[in-house]
Amino acid sequence: MPRVAFTSHLERHVQCPTGGIAVTGATVRDVLDRVFADHPRVRGYVLDEQGSLRQHVVVFVNGRAVRDRAGLTDPVADDAELYVMQALSGG
Amino acid sequence: MGDRIRVATRKGLFTIERDRSGGWDVVATAFLSDHVSMVLDDPRDGTTYAGLALGHFGAKVHRSHDDGRSWEECATPAYPERPSDAGPDVDAFGREIPWKLGLVWELTPGGPDQPGTLWCGTIPGGLFKSDDAGDSWHMVRSLWDEPRRKEWFGGGYDHPGIHSISVDPRDADTVIVGVSCGGVWHTESGGATWDLRADGMWAEYMPPERRHDPTIQDPHRLVRCATNPDCLWVQHHNGVFRTVDGARSWTEVENVPPSTFGFAVAVHPGDPDTAWLVPAVDDDARVPVDGQVVVTRTTDGGKTFDVIREGLPQHHAYDLVFRHALDVDETGERLVFGSTTGSLWVSEDGGRSWITVSSHLPPIYCTRFVPA
Repeated sequence: MPRVAFTSHLERHVQCPTGGIAVTGATVRDVLDRVFADHPRVRGYVLDEQGSLRQHVVVFVNGRAVRDRAGLTDPVADDAELYVMQALSGG
Repeated sequence: MGDRIRVATRKGLFTIERDRSGGWDVVATAFLSDHVSMVLDDPRDGTTYAGLALGHFGAKVHRSHDDGRSWEECATPAYPERPSDAGPDVDAFGREIPWKLGLVWELTPGGPDQPGTLWCGTIPGGLFKSDDAGDSWHMVRSLWDEPRRKEWFGGGYDHPGIHSISVDPRDADTVIVGVSCGGVWHTESGGATWDLRADGMWAEYMPPERRHDPTIQDPHRLVRCATNPDCLWVQHHNGVFRTVDGARSWTEVENVPPSTFGFAVAVHPGDPDTAWLVPAVDDDARVPVDGQVVVTRTTDGGKTFDVIREGLPQHHAYDLVFRHALDVDETGERLVFGSTTGSLWVSEDGGRSWITVSSHLPPIYCTRFVPA
């Protein structure tokens, strides 16, 4: 099952599974939606109103940054490690 | 001994001078109300260069041949046109890199044997060179076309940028360049070819499998010891690093009080073991620790540090010092730094104590001693 971890920088604003959580999903969208189902407040910190990745948030899948930042259709393998992190451009 | 300082700010360029009684004051202003991102006094011929960031009209470069009394616009680095059949130029996050000058972020003179040679670092990551003192610039394509540039991304700004260019005093064709976020690059051929030299740095902001990737390191500022040119210091996004082998390898300087986060660093021109930093809490809290502005200084290569407070505000002070806003003069005895609150401080004793020059300048981007 893919695992998703969140940057500890988010903890200052909202409780989220920084240590990592395993959820099912075949795309980045699927995986994140499942996390947000249990942690609804986190959604608005990672995605904008249209469901796109916020400009200065980056999601890595096995070390590579997600390319489809609006649709989040990047595929996720069953053993994938996802990291939701803040980009350095937003500080 | 540094008696004169240029200060590039959000609203103009200021020249500060020390008078005979030891007082420091503003003696000249230029480009009042314009954003000045960078300034350089060329020690070889006394020309002063200023990089402007005109919000509406783009970045520009001006120069003065009379110590800043009068200025003329010279050539500005221009990005080339993208070939129409080229694929998209995107950064590591898929963001398109515009082939347009965003900001003049570093100006460095070439070697003493290269009159008229200047280097310019820019956002979004282009490196430029002039061989005619700013009459024209050409992009150093070898670095722009480097395939690993695709791994770069913005740090502090939306797009990557070259903020530090250090020419080896022994050989002007050997140059080291610092990129946020794109590691440290080195040439021995005046820019014809490059190798990546960031081994030993690590990135807290990356997933574990990418943390030691040299291509995505974020050195905030890179400085070289003039008399020991193989020794360089870097204030990085998540720590302080030092090399003693010309950047072939970097070692982390640990346990830096009160914090390892910051933007600026300076090294004593005559002593590679003496360096100064101006820390903030961390990248989430870019304010001084406990609201107290301090300068940290080491004289033993980073094994131990003094935390210096004398003359610096210790009560609800929220100054942040940007990467180009700390400088040391050619003797190592005088330093200057300026902050986001428009405050400017000078030290005449190697950083042990500080004098407030002003608390009311515009936000400060760059401070540089005028070479004696």
